[in-house]
Amino acid sequence: METSNHAIERASSVNSLSRRSVSSIQSKMSGGNSLKEVSVAELGSKRVRHGSSRGGDSEFFSMSLKEINDEDARLVYINDPERTNEKFEFAGNEVRTGKYSLITFLPRNLFEQFHRVAYIYFLVIAILNQLPQLAVFGRGASILPLAFVLFVTAIKDAYEDYRRHRADKIENNRHALVWNNGQFQSKRWKDILVGEVIKIKVNETLPCDMVLLSTSDPTGVAYVQTINLDGESNLKTRYAKQETLSRSPEREKIAGLIKCEKPNRNIYGFQANMELDGKKLSLGPSNIVLRGCELKNTAWAVGVAVHTGRETKAMLNSSGAPSKRSSLETRMNLEIVILSFFLITLCIVVSVGAAVWLKHFEDRLDSIVFYHKKDYSKGTVDIDNYNYYGWGMEIFFTFLMAVIVFQIMIPISLYISMELVRIGQAYFMVRDTNMYDEASDSRFQCRALNINEDLGQIKYVFSDKTGTLTENKMEFQSASIGGVDFSHTKASMQGDQVAYMVKVDGKVMKPKVTVKANPELLRLARIEKDSPGESYIHNFFLALASCNTLVPFVIDTSDPAVKIIDYQGESPDEQALAYAAAAYGYMLIERSSGHIVIDVQGEKQRFNVLGLHEFDSDRKRMSVILGCPDKSVKVYVKGADTTMFSVIDRSFQEQVVHATENHLHSYSSLGLRTLVVGMRELSSLEFEQWHSTFEAASTALLGRAALLRKVASNVEKKIKVLGASGIEDKLQQGVPEAIESLRAAGMKVWVLTGDKQETAISIGYSSKLLTGNMTQIIINNNSKESCRKNLEENLLMSKKLMPDSAIGSDAARSSDAGKVQLALIIDGTSLVYVLDSDLEEQLFQLASKCSVVLCCRVAPLQKAGIVALVKKRTADMTLAIGDGANDVSMIQMADVGVGISGQEGRQAVMASDFSMGQFRFLIPLLLVHGHWNYQRMAYMIIYNFYRNSVFVFLMFWFTLFTGFTLTTAITEWSSVLYSVIYTSFPTIVVGILDKNLSRRTLLEYPQLYGSGQRDESYNSKLFWLAMADTLWQSIVVYFIPLFAYWNSTVDISSLGDLWTIAIVIVVNLHLAMDVIRWSWITHAAIWGSIFATCLCVIIIDAIPMLFGFGAIFEIGKTSLFWALLLIIVVAALAPRLAIKVLYQYYRPNDIQIAREAEKYGNLRQVEQLEVEMNSMMTANQRR
Amino acid sequence: MSSTNNAPPSTAAASKRPKYSKFTQQELPACKPILTPRWVISAFMLISIIFVPIGVAALFASRDVIEIVDRYDSVCVPANETDKVKYIQTPGFKTCNRTLTVPKHMKPPIFVYYQLDNFYQNHRRYVKSRNDQQLRDSKEANSVSGCKPEDYNNNSAIVPCGLIAWSLFNDTYSFSRKNVPLNVSKKDISWKSDREHKFGKDVYPQNFQSGSLIGGAKLDSSIPLSEQEDLVVWMRTAALPTFRKLYGRIEVELQENDVIDVTLGNNYNTYSFNGKKKLVISTTSWLGGKNDFLGIAYLTVGGLCFFLAVMFTIIYLVKPRQLGDPSYLSWNRNPGWH
Repeated sequence: METSNHAIERASSVNSLSRRSVSSIQSKMSGGNSLKEVSVAELGSKRVRHGSSRGGDSEFFSMSLKEINDEDARLVYINDPERTNEKFEFAGNEVRTGKYSLITFLPRNLFEQFHRVAYIYFLVIAILNQLPQLAVFGRGASILPLAFVLFVTAIKDAYEDYRRHRADKIENNRHALVWNNGQFQSKRWKDILVGEVIKIKVNETLPCDMVLLSTSDPTGVAYVQTINLDGESNLKTRYAKQETLSRSPEREKIAGLIKCEKPNRNIYGFQANMELDGKKLSLGPSNIVLRGCELKNTAWAVGVAVHTGRETKAMLNSSGAPSKRSSLETRMNLEIVILSFFLITLCIVVSVGAAVWLKHFEDRLDSIVFYHKKDYSKGTVDIDNYNYYGWGMEIFFTFLMAVIVFQIMIPISLYISMELVRIGQAYFMVRDTNMYDEASDSRFQCRALNINEDLGQIKYVFSDKTGTLTENKMEFQSASIGGVDFSHTKASMQGDQVAYMVKVDGKVMKPKVTVKANPELLRLARIEKDSPGESYIHNFFLALASCNTLVPFVIDTSDPAVKIIDYQGESPDEQALAYAAAAYGYMLIERSSGHIVIDVQGEKQRFNVLGLHEFDSDRKRMSVILGCPDKSVKVYVKGADTTMFSVIDRSFQEQVVHATENHLHSYSSLGLRTLVVGMRELSSLEFEQWHSTFEAASTALLGRAALLRKVASNVEKKIKVLGASGIEDKLQQGVPEAIESLRAAGMKVWVLTGDKQETAISIGYSSKLLTGNMTQIIINNNSKESCRKNLEENLLMSKKLMPDSAIGSDAARSSDAGKVQLALIIDGTSLVYVLDSDLEEQLFQLASKCSVVLCCRVAPLQKAGIVALVKKRTADMTLAIGDGANDVSMIQMADVGVGISGQEGRQAVMASDFSMGQFRFLIPLLLVHGHWNYQRMAYMIIYNFYRNSVFVFLMFWFTLFTGFTLTTAITEWSSVLYSVIYTSFPTIVVGILDKNLSRRTLLEYPQLYGSGQRDESYNSKLFWLAMADTLWQSIVVYFIPLFAYWNSTVDISSLGDLWTIAIVIVVNLHLAMDVIRWSWITHAAIWGSIFATCLCVIIIDAIPMLFGFGAIFEIGKTSLFWALLLIIVVAALAPRLAIKVLYQYYRPNDIQIAREAEKYGNLRQVEQLEVEMNSMMTANQRR
Repeated sequence: MSSTNNAPPSTAAASKRPKYSKFTQQELPACKPILTPRWVISAFMLISIIFVPIGVAALFASRDVIEIVDRYDSVCVPANETDKVKYIQTPGFKTCNRTLTVPKHMKPPIFVYYQLDNFYQNHRRYVKSRNDQQLRDSKEANSVSGCKPEDYNNNSAIVPCGLIAWSLFNDTYSFSRKNVPLNVSKKDISWKSDREHKFGKDVYPQNFQSGSLIGGAKLDSSIPLSEQEDLVVWMRTAALPTFRKLYGRIEVELQENDVIDVTLGNNYNTYSFNGKKKLVISTTSWLGGKNDFLGIAYLTVGGLCFFLAVMFTIIYLVKPRQLGDPSYLSWNRNPGWH
């Protein structure tokens, strides 16, 4: 019942408040001649009300009745925009989603861009460089990279903003009808003011948030579709207040004051009250229609604008997904700190060197021709120091200059590359045809762009059940009616599919969904229609058709004679039941407030809906009070077995009750969702009694919900059991295989569901989550103490079963896990005692020993609690996947949240980081894309660390030979372009495109996923190896030319050019050595970068104004230059190659083996071995 | 994993199905090289085969270079002078005679260099103290930015300005063999590109070396900068604190045991920072001057690669591993997964 429950709860929270009396409205409408009034009159002028009794209401109600504080309130004078806007400047209805205007663009955009720490680092360094004493680089060269990044981002932002402005313009110039000068006049949206009365016609979009005053429906109902707001396509009902219904401006002038809360972003909440003719009415979320919704099935609706423009809830809600940080990035920060430490060390070394050097020459500084401390240009009398500020200051300046020169030790460009790479990865994930869902025509979506690589390291998967593992397309499977079991399983074997249809007004109507019907039951239903009175079957289906909140819609088909009936409602269970009833000849074809029309075996019958007690989570049932055509009044109740059996009358149908109970048990063990259906006929006295209390309760101002609940439980008693229904929530395609893969990949799958334990367990079996050879540990406790005891006992037992597993060594775990697998099943009640108490630790201990954990009957917040429990205790990555609003908290809590864009609306998707159409897409997402993303990103980070530090070290070595004065041999332009052009493209291309293994291999061997879980591609060992390599390579690149050119005429520019080209070739070949798949793009990027570098060096040296003019041409003529390039490249990379080969060959990791297998076609052997291993294992297990 | 492909294609216009292409599905044709033992061993072998001959050739080239190095900074200060700095700073031309013996037959061109040790031409204060605009363009004579403190003298701009020009090396050498002067050609000792583009043909020295503190050589103000080749050479600042600069070329052959008399003008002050001054006469090879380092480096790397190739061969023979052998997979090594 999980999803239907919460769906109903959600719905009722929206519209429960104002299911207002039908009759009292009519009493006011003097000349009312609606059908309903007639029908009520037939019943003896009994006035009935719809009522609702939901737990949350009382609180809400009392809240709304409280005087809204005048300072917090917004006063809206109905139909008097001048007065409304006089005192307060409410926003106009013009929307501006664009962030900038022409004038504000530059300052605002810059301000926003500088929110990034990286840019501030850039800026500080650039500013430091502008001080004349510290000017290491020229102005241009020091600002250019930052300016370039800012410029590109600004262009991108400007373009996006332009598109938003254009969209705004179209939106703002749409027209709506506004009451003005005694008539409704067309007005542009942007001119609508708060307080104006607006008329909306069917299928029009609402221009602003407005309180409904009246609608075309005499009872004030309006249907809206909120697809633009929350993505839900089903219709929602909204109500106008009865007091305002008659007061459409055309008929009589309406004036009043609405006091409502300040604009906020809660689309499911609204608090206000309205003063009308001195009376105070409270308004709730069901009285307001929001901007962006569309009016449906209602000819017109009139309302008063309360929130306009940017203050509307739709606008306030247009913000992105919450941002998370990837674990790789968090880990990376440690290495960044180490690098900063390196940076500071280098700077200190240079400063100390400079200090010693200066001290050594202190008294001679003036006579050293290359230092020339004193400035004699103004004569010999008053001699100043030139650009010398004393020993201490010089050292300090040296330190700062060192920071400027060595700044790229902190790889700022890495952050930009990472963003680009993630965009690229996201592009490929979104485009993956394997993650496209045909059924819902939905692509995979990346909503968060910064945690792609986390997908490759998941260890815990928390999954919702309904809608996630299952389709949430309910199918009516079994019915037990009057103690007789009619299961569809037998029927479907005969392949008898009935498409029931009826003729209404010469037109054929058929339900949208056909249901496989049990022919026996079908036959019985047809026979029994003639003796409806006491028939179980008749009443059973009548209950299914009537006891719901569905609205039937008639849809035209291509054939004008055939219409399709579509049941719109919030609960898939109700829909399934109604379609089933339709298939057996009880078709709900019309619902209006007050009555429903049901076609009973071809005969149209009208039932008056005298009262409706909505579903609530305490009663766990709903009931409807029907006035039948034969003038009898009946209560139909349906609900969960737990609460239904407490209200049934066992006295006269012991046998039926017993049989029904048995059937229920067998249904739920088949994994069906069960409901019990019952009825009672009310005597006229009982009805009168009920009616008066109901009337009183629904008009009560305080504690209405509790009163209504009481009324409901008074009438829902002595129920005669009609039967029970079993609805199958079908497993999604590929779920068992997906779960098997996930487990093979070393992930722990936890299923968190609101379903009953039996249902959950049976779904567990069918989805291969649970297997026959697992030992089940079941924890159902009602107190903390028993819970503790139970946990402790089971912990001991599990320890006995697996002596030193779980946290123990890998080998121990894997060898033992083969023998005993544990499954933990725990229910929500026990979790109440466990979560947020000292028992958490024990539960975690126990759970970590189990390969499967199944939590049943859990509340939404408990789901988040369970995720938090794991997250707090391990560093392992968690992933939560779900589809409903009840999964939102869990999705946000987990490291990675995945939303299924399914039947249940889009809240889960809105809260998620990734969304997709099917559970099974988790496999390509994690095993393929996650694996790739992780490998790529991890490699890229380490490579970027290496790439930047090797360059810094190269400059550092040179500094040691320049009297510690931070001269750079490499031209300033080259050092700027180094991380921009020379070396950045290949790493980005490799970060986006390189694949260590093919999709097929990864899917075939889920175990390969383990490399991400074990941090194999990014760990401190790799970091330090990379740093050692950095040191070696920088030494080779620096010192080989140094010794070769010692005592020679080489000039600083030529040597600088040699170093530039050598380091770029080395760095790019280093990457090339690690590339696994060479596509033409990779080739282009790597060789292109080297080529571009040479080109840049040539261009820089061809400008006579620059210092190094001509150097590359001179040095390029010498054979020594080429001989040096060759030996530098070989000597720098040979150790890496040798170590890499040794590692790959003698300590190969799984990925390496799989790569070789992929290339040399040993896959078949692997498979064979696999089969052997499997059979060995199963043999072990049986033993 | 059954794919969604088998479902009937929905209408093309409405469907959000991503378009299939090899690029978007990351299936571009690609080559996937793997480091096989054979490949690695041949690579290392190949490197050693190439490197060892280069190393030998480089070593031979270096050995063929005849080089005469004569350090004269301390010798050329009269023994009675205790304060070398003071001696060098006293005005006047200080001559000094040196005798060099040619160890082996030297073929022209024979290059004459001066070598300074411990002279930081790459010092940050020094290396930037110049103005390239002024050097190129006669109209830019007043562009002296960056030249401080040698930018103005008596309120008029110095051309060429800056520390580098100011400290121009001013020791002179003249050579004679058996009292016959050896001609030292000072033409084309600088880069052609520098003469043509960096130093203007119509830029003449002005106000140069006229301050109270003399840093080095004076320039003939009637000769344009582009023809002041010593200056052009000097202005190509050296990369390292020990450097040589070309002084000139001797275009005649020197025979073994020839005795060359050098008359030095010892004017340049390196004494204040303990800099050494050396006179170098050297031939060149295809690899440049005398330096064994490159040859040794090539031989070392070639040798190491050979060693690695041999080592890998041995390891491969002793302990072979079949590529892609699934028994090495971690989950096969520890049977049973969790």
